[in-house]
Amino acid sequence: MTTPTSLASADPGAAAAAPVEIAEAPIQAGRGYWGSVLARLVRDPVAMAAAFVILCIVLAAIFAPLIAPMDPFKGSMIRRLKPVGDATYWLGSDELGRDMLSRLLYAGRLSLFMGVLPVVIAFFIGSGLGILAGYAGGWINTLIMRVVDVFFAFPSVLLAIALSGALGAGILNSIVSLTVVFVPQITRVAESVTVQIRNRDYVEAARVSGANPFRVVRVQVLGNVLGPVFVYATSLISVSMILASGLSFLGLGVKPPEPEWGLMLNTLRTAIYVNPLVAALPGVMIFLTSISFNLLSDGLRSAMEVRQ
Amino acid sequence: MLTFVLKRIAYAAPVALGVSLVCFLLVHLAPGDPLSAILPVDATAEMQAQMRAAYGLDKPLPVQYGLWLWKVLQGDLGTSIATGRPVLSEVGRAVSNSLILASVATLIGFTFGTFFGFVAGYAQDSWLDRAASAIAVFGVSVPHYWLGIVLVIIFSATLGWLPPTGAGPQGSGNWWPDAEHLRYLVLPAITMSVIPMGVISRTVRALVGDILHQDFVQALRAKGLSEFGVFKHVVKNAAPTAIAIMGLQLGYLLGGSILIETVFAWPGTGFLLNAAIFQRDLPLLQGTILVLAMFFVTLNLLVDVVQTALDPRIQRA
Amino acid sequence: MSETLDTRDRGGPAQPLLAVRGLVKHFVSKGGLFSKGPIVRAVDGVDFEVMKGETLGVVGESGCGKSTTARLLMQINQPDRGEIVFDGELLGSRALDLKTYRRQVQMVFQDSYASLNPRLTVEETVAFGPQSHGQSRKEALGRAHDLLRRVGLEPRRFGGRYPHEVSGGQRQRVNIARALALEPRLLILDEAVSALDKSVEAQVLNLLADLKRDFGLTYIFISHDLNVVRFMSDRVMVMYLGQVAELGPADDILASPRHPYTAALLASQPSTDPQARISEAPLTGDPPNPINPPPGCRFHTRCRFAAPVCSTREPGLDPVAPSHLAACHMAVPGSGHPEAPSLPMAA
Repeated sequence: MTTPTSLASADPGAAAAAPVEIAEAPIQAGRGYWGSVLARLVRDPVAMAAAFVILCIVLAAIFAPLIAPMDPFKGSMIRRLKPVGDATYWLGSDELGRDMLSRLLYAGRLSLFMGVLPVVIAFFIGSGLGILAGYAGGWINTLIMRVVDVFFAFPSVLLAIALSGALGAGILNSIVSLTVVFVPQITRVAESVTVQIRNRDYVEAARVSGANPFRVVRVQVLGNVLGPVFVYATSLISVSMILASGLSFLGLGVKPPEPEWGLMLNTLRTAIYVNPLVAALPGVMIFLTSISFNLLSDGLRSAMEVRQ
Repeated sequence: MLTFVLKRIAYAAPVALGVSLVCFLLVHLAPGDPLSAILPVDATAEMQAQMRAAYGLDKPLPVQYGLWLWKVLQGDLGTSIATGRPVLSEVGRAVSNSLILASVATLIGFTFGTFFGFVAGYAQDSWLDRAASAIAVFGVSVPHYWLGIVLVIIFSATLGWLPPTGAGPQGSGNWWPDAEHLRYLVLPAITMSVIPMGVISRTVRALVGDILHQDFVQALRAKGLSEFGVFKHVVKNAAPTAIAIMGLQLGYLLGGSILIETVFAWPGTGFLLNAAIFQRDLPLLQGTILVLAMFFVTLNLLVDVVQTALDPRIQRA
Repeated sequence: MSETLDTRDRGGPAQPLLAVRGLVKHFVSKGGLFSKGPIVRAVDGVDFEVMKGETLGVVGESGCGKSTTARLLMQINQPDRGEIVFDGELLGSRALDLKTYRRQVQMVFQDSYASLNPRLTVEETVAFGPQSHGQSRKEALGRAHDLLRRVGLEPRRFGGRYPHEVSGGQRQRVNIARALALEPRLLILDEAVSALDKSVEAQVLNLLADLKRDFGLTYIFISHDLNVVRFMSDRVMVMYLGQVAELGPADDILASPRHPYTAALLASQPSTDPQARISEAPLTGDPPNPINPPPGCRFHTRCRFAAPVCSTREPGLDPVAPSHLAACHMAVPGSGHPEAPSLPMAA
């Protein structure tokens, strides 16, 4: 079991409020930094189990057309809401008589895409903004960080829903909204790490060598900032998965008949009296993905923080 | 202390202004004409222009913002397009319902969260700690809207113990503290409490672990202070942070309740937002978000002030 | 070797390599809502010169402004006032821009670990400077290998290692190699050996002495350890609360200090002779807060010889012997201090 000590992932706002400590993790001989982090990570059974689950879900989504026993869009009015364990429909059928197993497999594609992509985009934008603010300082820092403060004044769920509500339903709009939610959070972490790094002696030594600022940032700052920011970003994936499916659950994301876990959870709500197990299945997938990303992120954090 | 409060307010003011700007721009982000929802399909160009002028939509954007802000400061959040009633009164009713739900949920989450956190922090790396940590990870990873559905499946659909939706009997829109209404509160409150429980137990575990490893605790033990005496010291040192987290969680729940309120058809702000989004009732959307965000800004301010007042280690300069 | 002609030399050996005049740095600490906080007078009017090829030792308690002075010289922090003249050219003038200056002045930091990027190998760290000045990666790595060998680290064994994979003394050798990579003329060593074990310290000091001779370097050697300063320095500058207390030839100052602060520092060195050990600490208490330095002579609050004049008038840095300056009323005839030498009779 990992021992999570940060507030990460319940509400990312709360997580970002906590100061980020940069660990100078011991590095094993001849392996480089990430090599030794990886070496510690593979010895963490919980993190490895989580990684395995994620791998399975991702592979199942990619190869859904090969694995899925049936067409996820083809329904049958007479075979609606079959229970789990049915001879034809192993995981039952939904309210329109479509095979649940096939739909769950296919749904992984959109759910993962919409959950992971905003964090990836926000990682690049937020790191860029945060490093710029942290390294440049002065009015550039003030400008960027005050805008970030404004976005922090919105609870993240509210901001995501408000933005997609205003932009209108749709996959692209959901991704844009979630990206806007995560950029300020990653920016704040990247800024605080950059400020810590920029005052290290080795960065000052590099500055006084007369190197231009871009080179100092690229060689001396970037590698030391992106590590902690990356770990923070991985902890956001879990939140992002829940939020992305939540938007579809509200009808703000994917539109029917596309399979997506949140949307399936919503359309099956009417079935809770008839076939409760089937109705709960899409949520199980969201939960499994979310908790796996959380555990993997925790494992990664402790692999980077180990002190001797 | 007074300087600190003033300083904190001076810092919150521009943030609040920024929040209002974001809320204002939100409506202008929306694709299509904001009037299309209220205008009849066969409206003449003249009628459109009239409506545009009536809503002030014919003026340049900064002027519109200024006028809008001026009205907001006077408590006028506009009129709901769908119901024709003032937005403020619609939001006011919903906020009180949401506040009840969020407060009860925070309280439950705080009680169990601190309990698990203390157990885990005291018995670090034991099986108790692992169990408490597992509960915490569960709390922050579970999609709460799904948890709500699962609870409804178990306690309403299967066992029939508790009502699945609504805030009271016969679709009662106003929550009232009696036995009947209380039954309606149980499931949404428990569902909602899972998030703060996870966050608070993680925080408290870390706090307690840190405090127990500090030199002063060793010194107290060495001086022969009873375990209960040590416990009191730990509580005193962990309390400011834990209370601050609790305050912030209340804000997050109030702002993020939309999914759970939708699951349980709870007549709160989330429900209102949902309705506003799908009826494209932009003034209502804007007003609700503004009220919730301002509540959160204020709560942040209060939490900072209270935490500073409680915690002597934080410098008040 | 030490007489190698440096093509960058301009004014000949008589011209100081570095001249600092009226250097001032005040830090504004965090204040209230409408007011700025108190001002920390970290460096408060410092003048000195460093001659070509010499080692100037800088001593003083922590907080006396030694390190701030070093950081101002390196332009890590910008001085509020004062000018820096390098080999006859004013820094910031057209003849000497910052980039040119920085190629000629480098620094070795105190914390050997914090001053090395944990993500870069030893050779990458040393090669960074030359690469930034236009050398190809291959050239720069070649130069790094030469320098590593020169500071006693076999490049094939150490070049590919990360900072945590080498010892403290070896890390400081890497730092020295990094500083030398740009072929500087002046090297500022800010407590460069303070964190090392005594045996390692001696090795690094010997290395520094060799390098100085071979590369014709000039050193500013900052330390709180008088023994080390005695070993390294030609001249010594004693600092107290952001100002120069005494400045002069090392032998002179360490044998017959003219400022009571220098005397007290010397007396507080533990003696190797048990009989000679003193029972009473010559310096008591911490230095006063540089936020609000005492009026008059800044040392008078801790000075055994303090007289009324010391708390009212600030002593100037005046010559007390050939090329020996001290800021003490006792050293200046007619200062009003009872211990001051009497004025020579007017003829």
